[in-house]
Amino acid sequence: MKLLEYQSKAILSKAGLPVPESIHVTSHSEVSDALKKVSFTRGVVKAQAFTGGRGKAGGIKLFVSPEEAENYAREIIGMQLVTHQTGSEGVKVYSALLEKAGTGLKEFYLAILLDRTKVNPLIMISPDGGVDIEEVAEKTPDRILRLYPEYGKPVSEELKTKAADFLNLTGELKKQLGDIIQKLYDVYLQRDASLIEINPLALTDDNKLELLDCKFDIDDNAIFRQKESGGDPNAEKNEAEIEASKYGMSYISLDGNIGCMVNGAGLAMATMDSIKHNGGEPANFLDVGGSATEEAVTKAFDIISGDHAVKCILVNIFGGIMKCDTIANGIVAAVKKSGLKLPLVVRLEGTNVDIGKKIIEESGLNIISAENLDDAARKTVSVTK
Amino acid sequence: MAILVDKNTKLITQGITGKAGLFHTKRCNEYGTNVVGGVNPKKAGTKIEGFPVFGNVKDAVKETGANTSMIFVPAPFAADAIIEAADAGIRLIVAITEGIPVRDMFGVHEYLKKSDSILVGPNCPGITTADVAKVGIAPGFIHKKGKVGIVSRSGTLTYEAVHQTTLSGLGQTTAVGIGGDPIHGLNHIDVIKMFNDDPETEAIVLIGEIGGNDEEEAAEYIKSNVNKPVAAFIAGSSAPKGKRMGHAGAIISGSKGTAESKIKALQDAGVMVALTAADIGHQMCLALRERTGKCHCNRTEDCKY
Repeated sequence: MKLLEYQSKAILSKAGLPVPESIHVTSHSEVSDALKKVSFTRGVVKAQAFTGGRGKAGGIKLFVSPEEAENYAREIIGMQLVTHQTGSEGVKVYSALLEKAGTGLKEFYLAILLDRTKVNPLIMISPDGGVDIEEVAEKTPDRILRLYPEYGKPVSEELKTKAADFLNLTGELKKQLGDIIQKLYDVYLQRDASLIEINPLALTDDNKLELLDCKFDIDDNAIFRQKESGGDPNAEKNEAEIEASKYGMSYISLDGNIGCMVNGAGLAMATMDSIKHNGGEPANFLDVGGSATEEAVTKAFDIISGDHAVKCILVNIFGGIMKCDTIANGIVAAVKKSGLKLPLVVRLEGTNVDIGKKIIEESGLNIISAENLDDAARKTVSVTK
Repeated sequence: MAILVDKNTKLITQGITGKAGLFHTKRCNEYGTNVVGGVNPKKAGTKIEGFPVFGNVKDAVKETGANTSMIFVPAPFAADAIIEAADAGIRLIVAITEGIPVRDMFGVHEYLKKSDSILVGPNCPGITTADVAKVGIAPGFIHKKGKVGIVSRSGTLTYEAVHQTTLSGLGQTTAVGIGGDPIHGLNHIDVIKMFNDDPETEAIVLIGEIGGNDEEEAAEYIKSNVNKPVAAFIAGSSAPKGKRMGHAGAIISGSKGTAESKIKALQDAGVMVALTAADIGHQMCLALRERTGKCHCNRTEDCKY
């Protein structure tokens, strides 16, 4: 689950980390009142949306008066923001953050994330802030420092010194950096973050370090205990994706025209791969879960056929614990119930597969049976061409 | 022989009184696994469908000599359940539970460093030694005693590989599902080492997916240490970047964890890589034939080699 900048900064500020003074507004009409509650009248209006690269895309505007701030807020809130990180359709701007603007002398990069190979949190630091870190990693990998704090202990003085040396910070600034790293690491653990990226971490003209922008992702498996973060687990999902999740199914919309319904995440990916391998384009990833019940299958048909680009549906079920005849009955009932008109290719495998296939053949429905996954993919692709 | 699970396995289920826990405990028992009981602190001293229920893992071990535990405890409590099992001296812990927070798994990982216990999973289908015993949720009937060892991050793709090697007549020694989470117990490389050392296992199937670099590490190991023929499949070559494909671990971040990089590493190590999941069994036949000079499967007319 991703947090918006204002939600992340509320968490950082609460943890005692130095973030610029700011106030959040959900409508332009709140701007003039909001600015009365803060110490600044000049600053930036920042679009709250799930993307980086907002500045260059017109999502961050400098203002020198409350009127100007209000105008920018009116312009920004509700718009589709297109940046180099989004597709051409852009992402929705939910609200705006009014923030005091400082003068940055230098911009650094600081992030904490999971290193899967080392099974350890990783603190990543670079003197080249304000730019895409992946670009830095590719072009000048020696400009990135990786630190691994020891489990169950505070970040060691040794690591903090390494970080300060790498950024050429001494004295008071070295102390500030050490403090920031420690507090951010505490937040990372306590808030079940999977990524906190501070870019940039700015050195201001009054010789202070300040966290100017923040990307904050919370581990999806820990949302149940991180509700106070204010994040919305469905914020980045479309309606169909939200609907699927209510039924315990995992659904992701894609750009193709072949709908897929599969049990198991690995097999669902493999099904998409087979479609592509045979020259087709999958319209979605859909894992109906280990026990494909009739209710889930019916719902899955509704969701897939709700995507008007879909021309054909491929059902690929490996009946393990669930028997194929039960699944076949479920598919037939679901097709009848949902009045599905699209051609349907079904590949069943597992317990009682022969009975299952017979049920489908005798249903009188327009269902094409497939022998294996490749056969299913080929048949589906040929139907759509 | 086989690996991890055999006739000496004495299994308990943590979370035996839940619907899924009980269902799969019964299936394991039917398959031939020696199920000696289960754990639920609130129902200690009772029996459920004939299985004795203990208040904690230590008591279960003391009373039954259990050496293996299967975990169905809900995600918020599952990490504690794993640690409890390790603390009680359980040798093999198989965590089926899906959705354990990463932070909790840090703790588990750290604890297991100081322990002799082996963890498989979480978010995995478990382990089946064909015709001998199973610990987990895999459908038993698709397995057939034979010569292929299977290791996989995905449940249903494990079943695909098992099914295809059964059809071809090769059969399996043991199939191990290591799970789809970013932090898990045994990795591909650990299981491949075990298969390499197991005299009954003559060939290996590795099934991976996008995300992380388990498969690349396994490929390095295979290249310099494994003489047995290996076939592989990597799921997710068509997956878009940055989207989590069902499994928490199946996500391409930046340029890391792509199917391409994994396939290339495996091919460089001499592994026969299937380009679609339907071709896994066939690639295993080819790999065996290439190594031994003769066909081992019972569908020679289908072999395109």
